[in-house]
Amino acid sequence: MELGYLFTTILKMALLVAWIYGLLWGLNKKEIWKKALTILLAFGVIQGAFLLQFGDYAVFSAFDQGLLYQAVTMAMVAMGLNLIYGFNGQFSLAQWGFYGIGAYCAADITYRWTNGDASGLFVLGIGVVLAALALIGVGRLLRLKRGIPVLSAFTFYLVAIIIVGFVAVFVGKELAAAVDPGFGGRGAPGALASPAAVQIVFFLSVLIAGAFAAEVSFLFGLPVLTLGSDYFGIATLGFAIVVQTMMVNSDTILPFPEMKGGRGMIGIPKLTSWIAAFAFLLMVVVIVRNFIRSSTGRATMSVREDEIAAKAMGINVAGSKLMAFVLGSFVAGIGGGVYAHYIGFLSPSTFSFLAGFNPLIIVVFGGLGSMTGSIAASFVWIFFLEGFLRVLLAQMGTDAPTWRFVLYPITLLLLMLIRPQGLMGSVEWGFLRADRIIRRLKGNDAAQKGQA
Amino acid sequence: MTSTRTVLEIRELTKFFGGLCAVKNFNLALPQGALWGLIGPNGAGKTTVFNLVTGLIPLSSGEVLFGAERIDGLEPHEITRLGIARTFQNIRLFSNLSVLDNVRIAYHPHAGYGLSDSLLRTPKFTLREKELTEEALEFLSIFKLEGLAEETARNLPYGEQRRVEIARALACKPQVLLLDEPAAGMNPREIIALMELIHFIRDRFKLTILLIEHQMRVVMSICERITVMDFGEVIARGTPKEIQDNQTVIEAYLGKGVAGSAAG
Amino acid sequence: MPEKSDLPAAMSGISRRRRPPLAWVGNGFLIIVAVLAAYVLVSNLAKNPIEFLQNVLDGLKLGCVYALIALGYTMVYGIVKLINFAHGDVFMVGAFTSFYAVSQFNLHQWPQMLFPAIPAGISLVVGSFTVILLSMVVCTLLAITIERVAYKPLRDAPRIAALITAIGVSFFLEFFGALQFVFSPRFIPYKSPFDTTAWYIQGGIHPIVSGQSSPDNTISFSNIFLIILVASVLVQLFLQFLVRRTKIGVAMRAASFDKPTARLMGINVDRVISFTFAIGAAFAGLGGVLYAIAYASIWTQLGILPGLKAFVAAVLGGIGSLPGAFVGALIMGQAESLTMSYISTPMRDAVAFTILIIVLLVKPTGIFGEPAGEKA
Repeated sequence: MELGYLFTTILKMALLVAWIYGLLWGLNKKEIWKKALTILLAFGVIQGAFLLQFGDYAVFSAFDQGLLYQAVTMAMVAMGLNLIYGFNGQFSLAQWGFYGIGAYCAADITYRWTNGDASGLFVLGIGVVLAALALIGVGRLLRLKRGIPVLSAFTFYLVAIIIVGFVAVFVGKELAAAVDPGFGGRGAPGALASPAAVQIVFFLSVLIAGAFAAEVSFLFGLPVLTLGSDYFGIATLGFAIVVQTMMVNSDTILPFPEMKGGRGMIGIPKLTSWIAAFAFLLMVVVIVRNFIRSSTGRATMSVREDEIAAKAMGINVAGSKLMAFVLGSFVAGIGGGVYAHYIGFLSPSTFSFLAGFNPLIIVVFGGLGSMTGSIAASFVWIFFLEGFLRVLLAQMGTDAPTWRFVLYPITLLLLMLIRPQGLMGSVEWGFLRADRIIRRLKGNDAAQKGQA
Repeated sequence: MTSTRTVLEIRELTKFFGGLCAVKNFNLALPQGALWGLIGPNGAGKTTVFNLVTGLIPLSSGEVLFGAERIDGLEPHEITRLGIARTFQNIRLFSNLSVLDNVRIAYHPHAGYGLSDSLLRTPKFTLREKELTEEALEFLSIFKLEGLAEETARNLPYGEQRRVEIARALACKPQVLLLDEPAAGMNPREIIALMELIHFIRDRFKLTILLIEHQMRVVMSICERITVMDFGEVIARGTPKEIQDNQTVIEAYLGKGVAGSAAG
Repeated sequence: MPEKSDLPAAMSGISRRRRPPLAWVGNGFLIIVAVLAAYVLVSNLAKNPIEFLQNVLDGLKLGCVYALIALGYTMVYGIVKLINFAHGDVFMVGAFTSFYAVSQFNLHQWPQMLFPAIPAGISLVVGSFTVILLSMVVCTLLAITIERVAYKPLRDAPRIAALITAIGVSFFLEFFGALQFVFSPRFIPYKSPFDTTAWYIQGGIHPIVSGQSSPDNTISFSNIFLIILVASVLVQLFLQFLVRRTKIGVAMRAASFDKPTARLMGINVDRVISFTFAIGAAFAGLGGVLYAIAYASIWTQLGILPGLKAFVAAVLGGIGSLPGAFVGALIMGQAESLTMSYISTPMRDAVAFTILIIVLLVKPTGIFGEPAGEKA
């Protein structure tokens, strides 16, 4: 039984890694239709596997599907962290906090919506948009004067955000009250309560969650990123702890009774389907890849390599760090939104800072500075640790969950001793690889010569 | 060649580290197109002058003018974008990136497309990225590095790393180039090639060059004017010939007694 | 401050470095925060000075425990630049060792069992000392083992590898300890080697009868509070002496300043590093026992948060500085105690980390830290 289970789990992990390879390989094709076909195929293969059933044996059982969703969200979080840590060199432990912020934020919007209250969507939606405008506007204004100290800049941003927050709450509540009839009454749901509307709200909520996490990370990162590497690490660890404390006290300190504090938020609509998870994963992969493989991305990497040289080359080091941090947090927020709607229940213990070491370990496992590594390691990690070990060890009695956490630091130590650069090193597959632009240019030259 | 217009002017530059005066009342006016040498014994404060001019460390007092604009107090990247680039004494390449990327990073301020262009992969992005790469490759071919474009910078031999660093600094499109001991650790043949290269880039890119160097041969043969520093202060300035005969300079390098016996 | 005004540069009318614009906004923000904090503190002090003093004493107790842990962090970080996450778990092992020594083996009563003639008081003191010493020895051995097995092979690897390893060791200790046959996955009531006695002050010092609480509006303190206070001060003095006056202390300072050069000077850097881990762990073990006696309940994740707070304290005081770690720990203790009493209990971590961020923004190397060398 165990051997069979071990074999199928390893097989599934291998197939999933192959699936990732295929997806990335297909996306790298030049023609649009080939890309589209790849996306369709990649989506269809997994969707098909969901439906595949031999008698009693489901190829992708409900348990496996859950693992898949977890792996997808973990891949997003890990990619964001890899952007911050692997590519920009900022040792951050706050990623898990932004993941949690995204999860609670998205969950709150859809929870309220399905309970006939549009205020979550309107307040947060308006707030996020206005805050983005306010941050950009204040940034423009501050740029008029050179050399403003970080703390002063932070104060301006903070004041702007607070004002915007009040406006958003006021306007959002008014608007929500205005559309209230749209939900219809009991037994006669209105247009706004229809499944299609709920799906749209779900998509919006995930995007808003990402933007919200990004804006929080901007405010937090602006002063803290100036602290320097190890101090930054400790401050981000503090951030993760504070976020969890806030979650535990969400119904007492924070005014959100529906989050139910330490007891955990229940009744979140389970809206994450494979198509949604896949779409968001694809979006995140494309965003991170397009960022890294651009001039801005190269500047980001130069900051990791040598800050002083980067400064001397005209790179705005502080800005580059902030950009990577904000983008990484945005991605984590998206992951949180997808996770919340898959699991349907959010408990603060999920977001404890100890669990926050998981994405860090995944990023290191996969290889710092390898996007492919982060994605592949997320899938392997979740299927091995959450899937295989959990099931296997469950047969070992009450100590089982503890054994899981005894075995994995040992694996970690061995990995660090044997291969500290991670499993993938800095290898990238297909779509994520740097453009071989020289080869292409040379190819063009050769072609021209041939014509001449 | 040397015109009278001043591109970079340093007035009464002073820097304290704690109680230690690293640079004291340093004055320098670089005319356009000059190739100016800055020499002095170890610890004289030469590199500190570079760090102060490029904004990497804040100055204690004094002024730095670039053209007519005061640039002291600006962020390093702003100074670079205005047109002052530098190399480092201990080579500071982005060692895990390719040679091409090293050069392309210096182009970043001139990339000509924004974050939204790169995230959405607009036609503008594709076009500019292609131009940028071609330009960078052209640069590398000037330095005879085009064959190494995709090599990781860390794997290059020392002399080539130096050349990549100069190429990278030039990719910032500077008007003034500060070279910090470019010949350090090179063999005589490489040094001759380097001296030719420095002359060549000055003419080709219409640069003004300020050069720190320990190898007297290099300084004396390529610099038109020289400033000598010792213990943070300027002790002499003039043409290479004048410096060679200057008693204070000889004392600073060799010590007082030796200089006395040499003179006597 | 080193820029003397009688220098020629200042006299010649050349402008000094321009002040950054709008700096007053940031300073104003800090001042508002400080005024708010001062208002909360002063109003509460005025409302009930005795309760306030009691809170300060509680904070002092906590701060002194943090100080014992923070010393290990600051010394290790000073030499190997590694955040030794496992240090907090060494602290936990210290607490558990003493628990088993007392509850299973009655180690605290050995003088009385061997020599029944000895007065009970002396027996108790000697026995308790033995328990504490045993914990310190066990922690020392554990730390040396960890250093040899996990950190030493990675000394030349990238720093993140060592950091991940430290996190791994920390997890291993926490969860290995939580296995049924090792320690326990649950909270355990701690069995103290000696009874805690408390006194209250009300026109003189009166003992509190056990099982009763002190009368209202009095300040109370316990023998364990005094022991913690004395122990942390003594340890601080001892380490100061060790680092400043002994040969190994000089070697430690040399190694933290420049390892390759220290090696050239004939210092066995590896041994110095092991020694640093060992001595830090010994005092973490002492802290673990005292913490367990004071707070009377232990579990395997006991070390995480105090360890973290202690590290924050070390950073706050200026990492690598022994007095800095002590002062930082006292500040953390006060921040935690006063926040719990006057703002809200869950906010204590938030306040602690906010203080850290503000201090680092104002003085990036911490309160007692030396300015970093400026070399481009």
